[in-house]
This record gives sequence, structure tokens and C-alpha cells, in this order.
Amino acid sequence: MLSYAEKIREIAGRLLASGAVNMVIGFRQGTIPMMNEPHFAKNPAEAAKLVWDSHCGINLANYLTDRKEKIGIVAKGCDSRNIVTHIIENKIKREQLVVIGVPCQGMVDKRKIALKCPGEITAVIETETQVTATGNGFSQSFDKKDVLQHNCSLCIHRNPVIHDELVAAPVEEQKGIDRYADVRAVEAMSPEQRWKYFEDLLSPCVRCYACRNACPLCYCPTCFVDESRPQWVGKGQDPSDVRTFHFLRAYHCAGRCTDCGSCERSCPVGINMRVFTKKLEKDCLDLFGWEAGLSLDVRPPLDVYRPSDPNDFIK
Amino acid sequence: MGIEPGRLQFSWISSAESTKFVEVVTQVTNAIRALGPNPDFTKKLAEVA
Ligand code: SF4
Ligand code: SF4
Repeated sequence: MLSYAEKIREIAGRLLASGAVNMVIGFRQGTIPMMNEPHFAKNPAEAAKLVWDSHCGINLANYLTDRKEKIGIVAKGCDSRNIVTHIIENKIKREQLVVIGVPCQGMVDKRKIALKCPGEITAVIETETQVTATGNGFSQSFDKKDVLQHNCSLCIHRNPVIHDELVAAPVEEQKGIDRYADVRAVEAMSPEQRWKYFEDLLSPCVRCYACRNACPLCYCPTCFVDESRPQWVGKGQDPSDVRTFHFLRAYHCAGRCTDCGSCERSCPVGINMRVFTKKLEKDCLDLFGWEAGLSLDVRPPLDVYRPSDPNDFIK
Repeated sequence: MGIEPGRLQFSWISSAESTKFVEVVTQVTNAIRALGPNPDFTKKLAEVA
């Protein structure tokens, strides 16, 4: 996977030099370890700054919304599914894009690593299978597979679903993964237990909206939480407002979320709000046999009617 | 979400089915009255010292 970076720079440089695209969206080294940031390369010199490693967890489809120019975009499996969703939702045109597909082996969870280190991490280096974090007086190595982001450890679509270039041969997809053990655990709770569980889960939320901003699906010009006339939801820390924000946001992602994990990754207080979107993802799979972003030719379940749609809940 | 079962109901009622509408509304209102108020969704005023 470490050889990907060179290939990405090569492809991006070529696309920009030939004028095939006006911009390539990828990653560059972040200012602190394990925090790569989006990079918008507009010429071959800028393309030389592109990197690839296990810290490229942000979903780059987020930066495509309503762009008009021709764009080359580096895409992991989940990014590519959100690109498909963007195309289906008319947020970008397929013809505008050159998708530089990256067969992904999972991104590491910076929190898992930080928790296991005794002090501040000042540098992180990695090999194909290991990451080593160093800081003042310590150096610790981890097997990548033990410190993957939760969503990556459950991922069954690591290879990009659409691509014009591929930086390496496809990787083997994970088989026999139980994706929804956590959702089933919540489903099994009594209503009171569930209420309490969500109350605890959301209690640290500071309403910074990083989760919403990191999500490629949240592209409305004015989000319902920002509107003040009418004010759909209170703006403070009252638990009922926090809860309303999270549930509504999750519902807006129904049938669209790819479990890319950008929301969870971006949360400053480490809330796993993916339990909400995952429940909807599971329902879409169970009720409609639907997984988001796999095809440009099938309309999502929430915008078509089929006589066989389940409706037992209507009395 | 943890809302008590019975607080939420979905029905198909055509605009021509006024009797059904009245029936359903009465029935749901009675059922929810029986459950009592739902304090989980009321906002608490900030406590002033
Ligand atoms: S809700 Fe979270 S996991 Fe789903 S697409 Fe948005 S950022 Fe990704
Ligand atoms: S990123 Fe975290 S703290 Fe910020 S609004 Fe989302 S859940 Fe709340």
C-alpha cells in the first residue's frame, strides 16, 4: 500500500500536465501525525505533495459538491461509493470526473493508538503491516489490523466501485464479516434501556457539527440545524435538542450512508454516531436489499416506489 | 430511539375518508392520553441559583 503514493503522484501529475483535469483532490501530510488533510492540486508541482498511507480516512467525495471544473479524485472503496451517490443525486457529473481508484486495506484509528501510548505522539511511521508511534521517551509498534477504524474492520467494499485509473491491483475483499453486531445489541434493548444508552452516548456532544461537515451526504446549503426561521431545533446543549439533531441527521443519510466513518473520525469528543446510520443501513439492506453507492444505474429505495415495499407498520 | 411503543402510529387515510380520519385520531389520542405525558421530550429550564 505504501507504493500507492508514488503511483497517485504519477497519475495526478500526468492528468494535470495534459490538461485532462483542472484539479486533483487527494491527501497531503497533515500538520500533526495521523491527520492527513485534503489536498487540492492544481498543477503538476502541487501534485508532488500528494501522499498515501493509513491516515487518509476523510471522505474526499465531500469536496465534489456542485463543482463545475474537471476533477481528478483519489478514491478508496467508500469514497467511490459516495462519489456514485453524488452522481445519482446530481451533485456532480460523471463526465467531470477522473476517478483515481485506491484499493484500500483500512485506515488506522488515531484514538486507538493514542490511548495505548503513554504520552503525546510526535511521529508515526508505517510499514505494510505495522505502524510505529514515537514520542518523548517511548516508541510503540502496532499491527495495523489491531488498530483499524471500526468501520474499516467491518468493510466489505474495499475496492473502488467506479474508477478510471487504478493505483494497484484490487485487494481481496473481507469475507464472512458480521457487520451489524452492534446494531443488534441496541435493537435487543428495552425502550428505556435504549433511551438511556443514547442519552449516555450523546451526552459529551458539543454541537460543533464536525460530523455533519465531514459527511459527503450533508451538502444542503442551509442545514436544518442552522435555520432560525423557523427554528426546527434548539441550538443549545439541551439533551432533547442534541438528540433531535443526531436522529434527524441520521435519517437524512438513510439509504445513502456508506459507513465511511468520516463523521466518527472527525468528532472531537469521540462519539460513535455511526450506530444511528448503521441501523438505517441495516434496515435498508434487510427491507430493500440495498447497499448505497454500488451502482450508477439503480435508483435508491427512498426515491422509487415498488409495490413490494414493506408497509406492515402502517395501520 | 427509545420512545415507548404505542406513541407512534402510521396510517393511510385518503382525503375522502373523513370518518376513518376521525376514528383514527380519536383512537390514537385516547391511547396516548392513557400513556400519560412523555417527560423525555420536555426541555428543562436552566436552573437559576
Ligand atoms: S453519515 Fe458518516 S459514515 Fe455515513 S456517509 Fe456520512 S460521514 Fe460517512
Ligand atoms: S462531531 Fe461530535 S461533538 Fe461535534 S456535533 Fe458531531 S457528535 Fe457532536
